[in-house]
Amino acid sequence: MLNTKNKSDRFIYHFNPEETEITMQTKNLEVYYGKSLAMHNADIQFQKNTITALIGPSGSGKSTYLRSLNRMNDDIATVKGQILYQGVDINQPKIDVYEVRRRIGMVFQRPNPFAKSIYGNITFALERRGVHDKRVLDEVVEKTLKQAAVWDQVKDNLHKSAQSLSGGQAQRVCIARALAVEPDVLLLDEPASALDPVSTQQLEQTLRELKKDYTIIIVTHNMQQAARLSDYTVFFNLGEAIEYNKTRKIFTRPKIELTDDYVSGNFG
Amino acid sequence: MNRTQKQSQIAILLLRLIAALVVLILAFLIGYIFITGLPNVSWKFLTSPAKAFTAGGGIGVQLFNSIYLLILAMIISLPIALGASIYLSEYAKDNWFTSMIRTAIEILSSLPSVVVGLFGFLLFVVQFNYGFSIISGALTLTIFNLPLLTRNIEESLASVSDDQRQGGLGLGLSKYETIVHIVVPAALPGIISGVILCSGRVFGEAAALIYTAGQSAPALNFGDWNPFNIDSPLSPLRPAETLAVHIWKINSEGIMPDLTQVSSGSAAVLVLAILIFNLSARYIGRKIFEKMTSMN
Ligand SMILES: Nc1ncnc2c1ncn2[C@@H]1O[C@H](COP(=O)(O)OP(=O)(O)OP(=O)(O)O)[C@@H](O)[C@H]1O
Ligand SMILES: [Mg+2]
Repeated sequence: MLNTKNKSDRFIYHFNPEETEITMQTKNLEVYYGKSLAMHNADIQFQKNTITALIGPSGSGKSTYLRSLNRMNDDIATVKGQILYQGVDINQPKIDVYEVRRRIGMVFQRPNPFAKSIYGNITFALERRGVHDKRVLDEVVEKTLKQAAVWDQVKDNLHKSAQSLSGGQAQRVCIARALAVEPDVLLLDEPASALDPVSTQQLEQTLRELKKDYTIIIVTHNMQQAARLSDYTVFFNLGEAIEYNKTRKIFTRPKIELTDDYVSGNFG
Repeated sequence: MNRTQKQSQIAILLLRLIAALVVLILAFLIGYIFITGLPNVSWKFLTSPAKAFTAGGGIGVQLFNSIYLLILAMIISLPIALGASIYLSEYAKDNWFTSMIRTAIEILSSLPSVVVGLFGFLLFVVQFNYGFSIISGALTLTIFNLPLLTRNIEESLASVSDDQRQGGLGLGLSKYETIVHIVVPAALPGIISGVILCSGRVFGEAAALIYTAGQSAPALNFGDWNPFNIDSPLSPLRPAETLAVHIWKINSEGIMPDLTQVSSGSAAVLVLAILIFNLSARYIGRKIFEKMTSMN
């Protein structure tokens, strides 16, 4: 393992690719809204089957970074640099962006079930891709809802409108929906910020389970959540990744003073 | 109580009074129309043809014409309005071209309907040589209806949360798929309400039709549904006086002895229909939405 100190005011952990399987990685990423640079200096590697938390103050570029990873910034911002997924740079015009988003799924801050039934929400993207076999669809619905740990609550009402669910249930259905197209990376932008504490805990438990099969990157404002849930943490400030390290280290022995201030609440 | 509190209380009282006045005027108007009109309405009145010189005529043909014209106008204008509003709300960039389109729609929607009617007369009746006919009327109604319908649908689309679009794109769907399969269905209650409200407006429209669909209602052969026969109810080339035009017509030149009864009966039917359109708009929109979201 090799740890590099880029500059004295930033610390970015680097894996040894010989020993670790890297699912995603960004290199020299720069994101511009119009002419203004919103995010840069974030050469981060994401290890397979781990949860990485992105933390940092409001406006520090967490969402901007996350949305770049599956090209959701395409029509909104200019993204320069490399985004490597399974070793392939997906930040190129010739890459099929729809396929990128299928493999790198996204769950949003506010639960956003479509105006369809629970069943229809989950099967929708598959049907658009030409899967119509009822048996296959039934299986996917059951499997993903179980993965998202909401099957028991909705299995008798699969044809009820998904928009009539509670926030916590709706968010899980949205996770199941993202899983239905068989991604291997899951991006979540503050997925629990609209949920009550109990739903939040359940969601965290679900993510821990999902880690076995997916690589998870989650933006959160909740320090305890990042500490409880994640294996690695990136601290963003003013559009830069300031520190990237094992979560335990970020929260106990951060290498950068700024990080220390932020995680201990002395920020600003 | 201090001065600002007193002032605001007086203001609230005043606003309440104004609101009450508006409701009162509406109630009086509708009440008057119903009380004088409804006693003249019977099944026979609703189904039999009009009589020009003798008593006992009905509004059957006019009622049918109104409904048929409404349906035709909607069939023509709905796809156009849907396309235009999807373009405006989902694709159009904020530039001079878009704002020009919006201004044009704005102006078109505020044109007096009689002007639209005269335009329809010159274009469809005279230029295209369609004569006073269902088709001239339906096309004119489309012009009359299009701006408002487009705006209604655009507003419904714009009120769909951006989270929905993000959700679609995030699943790897194209923008077009996202719009057609996620945004439009989500906007459906609003779209349906808009369509029904516009239907009410179209149903009650007279000025745009006087010189386009014409002022005569030749007897129809309700046994013949072949649209190519001129006395078939479906024939697009026959003249078709609607209920609203009928009311205007008999009041300006009617000579039947039961003129007042026919006129007030027709007015009651027209107002009742429009009232039903307006009151049902929201309810039907919601119902259809519930049905749809729980289907699959
Ligand atoms: N669509 C946009 N257009 C222009 N500027 C944007 C846009 N989205 C974000 N920004 C700017 O980019 C910077 C980073 O924003 P970003 O949303 O990534 O921050 P964040 O860390 O996710 O904040 P929060 O914790 O509040 O969600 C901010 O200065 C913000 O104003
Ligand atoms: Mg954010």
